[in-house]
Amino acid sequence: MEILVAVVIAVLTSCGVYLLLRGRTFPIILGLTLLTYAVNIFIFVSGRLNPGKSTIIGVGEGYTDPLPQALVLTAIVISFAMTAFVMVLALRARAELGNDHVDGRIKVEDVKS
Amino acid sequence: MSHLIIAPVLIPLLTAILLLLGTGRPLRVQRSISFLSIIAQLGVATALLLSAAEGSITVYALGNWAPPFGIVLVLDRLSALMVFVTVVLAFFCLWYAVRGNDKPADSLHSVLHFLLMGVNGAFLTGDLFNLFVFFEVLLISSYTLLLHGGGAARIKSGLHYVLLNLVGSSLFLIAAALLYGLTGTLNMADMAEKVAQTTPAEAPLMNAAALLLLVVFGLKAAMVPLYFWLPRAYASASAPVAAMFCIMTKIGVYSIIRMYTLVFGDTAGTVANLAEPWLWPLSLITLGFGVAGALAARELRLQVAYLVIVSVGTMLAGVALNTEQALSATMYYLIHSTWVCGALFLLADLIVRQRGATSDRIITGPALRQPVKLGALFFIAAAAVIGMPPLSGFVGKVMLMQAATTDERTFWLWFMLLAAGFVTITALSRSGSTIFWRTENRVAKAEKADRGALLAVITMLALSLALSFGGNPVVQYTDALAQQLKNPSVYTEAVLNHKAIPGVHHE
Repeated sequence: MEILVAVVIAVLTSCGVYLLLRGRTFPIILGLTLLTYAVNIFIFVSGRLNPGKSTIIGVGEGYTDPLPQALVLTAIVISFAMTAFVMVLALRARAELGNDHVDGRIKVEDVKS
Repeated sequence: MSHLIIAPVLIPLLTAILLLLGTGRPLRVQRSISFLSIIAQLGVATALLLSAAEGSITVYALGNWAPPFGIVLVLDRLSALMVFVTVVLAFFCLWYAVRGNDKPADSLHSVLHFLLMGVNGAFLTGDLFNLFVFFEVLLISSYTLLLHGGGAARIKSGLHYVLLNLVGSSLFLIAAALLYGLTGTLNMADMAEKVAQTTPAEAPLMNAAALLLLVVFGLKAAMVPLYFWLPRAYASASAPVAAMFCIMTKIGVYSIIRMYTLVFGDTAGTVANLAEPWLWPLSLITLGFGVAGALAARELRLQVAYLVIVSVGTMLAGVALNTEQALSATMYYLIHSTWVCGALFLLADLIVRQRGATSDRIITGPALRQPVKLGALFFIAAAAVIGMPPLSGFVGKVMLMQAATTDERTFWLWFMLLAAGFVTITALSRSGSTIFWRTENRVAKAEKADRGALLAVITMLALSLALSFGGNPVVQYTDALAQQLKNPSVYTEAVLNHKAIPGVHHE
């Protein structure tokens, strides 16, 4: 279980970072999204993995930490709002600057890739 | 218990909502609501400052959940001073804005109050995750403010700013989750006690979390190598927004001071003062890059933006020295640089408006309508920001240099600060002489500067003089502040001994 979650976080983060380093706004937004998924899972496991346990003390055996679940909810909401904002901003930049490069210019090598 | 502590968060929140609902109402109504609100906040901030000056630490448990379980707001000397500095700066930005500088979009006032809510909340909170939430509140407002007015330049620099800060937020969350996983708490005071008991086995992870936080706060503070987003963004923002943004880098500096004196400070056991070896060289490099940028800048507003980076480098050097005296000097310098850089941004806007098509490029252009008035103000502002006597920048720098008389770092600090001062003089005298003296034989077709807006700038610069001549109580306050910072146990005890109010039950 731990290894599976760790691998998922690692793959999501590395894909996210790779996409973040692209020069176009669309891959960057996808990269940001992947990165926030990885972060959300990471926050979730900071309360340790206790499969099958409830978040309430006194119901069944043992319990799992409810706080990271509340934190992750906050983080998800904030990252959704930010993604929506950056999406609109990217569209606006595409309209104002005439292309979707983050520096607002197209170089020949960028077009080829 | 007084509910006054939460007022700096609630007043701007309610004002902003009110202003949003009143969208479309006459600008006059919006301006009056916004201005009345900032005056109320000024009153609250002054009351909080006076109460914190007595030396007690006030804890406010939201929802009456006693720490370490609920979210707390903590008022100590540092947070009270930061809220006060913010509100005073906002007061002048709004003053400038209501004199006809808040067009074209009328949502400026509303978003500015949301920003104030985030900034005040970030300074007052005693909870790491809550700090993240307030960071997001102030960031989303700052994104909107930065784009206020539109235009290709703003969109481009805004895109960089937004994307970088989104990555920064992700890193903040990773660091916060790591710290929660290690310590089981998010309350800063409780975390300080848990971090002090770090075992050598946990130390590497703790190091990673603490230094990840330094990256996040360094991005906010515009520390090398994370400052590249700042100059263009500030230079392209509208004047009241750029002036207001002078507090944004200080939020990073504040967070660094808070986390690395309270949680990872002298008392942190195996991970004590772990940011110091990074902060020291990076602060001096920031200082160097800042002055190089100011010297190379071809536009006036870009030059002022680089001066913000110079001030960040100076403050971080003070934080890295990590002595009581140095922290006191840092706080004094922080007050000075926030207000003076704000004034410089507003003044630059007044100058740029009188230069016609030449705009803010530092080249020969038409003469200004009011060369003497604006020139004199520019001279005073430049002297203050460089650190010439008798203005507050001089006092701040001298305090900082006196604080560094202990080891080999003295040499580097003196050398960098004095060289930075010299280079800044060169840079500002170049732009000043080009703009005011080396002009064409015609006067630009421009309106005279608005008297109210001019008065806002003059008053801000007068604050610099007041900081220097009436500096004794200020220095006493910052000395006491630094003493409080170096004794984090006072803070942790005040927070952790806070009891829920009896008689109020949670179902």
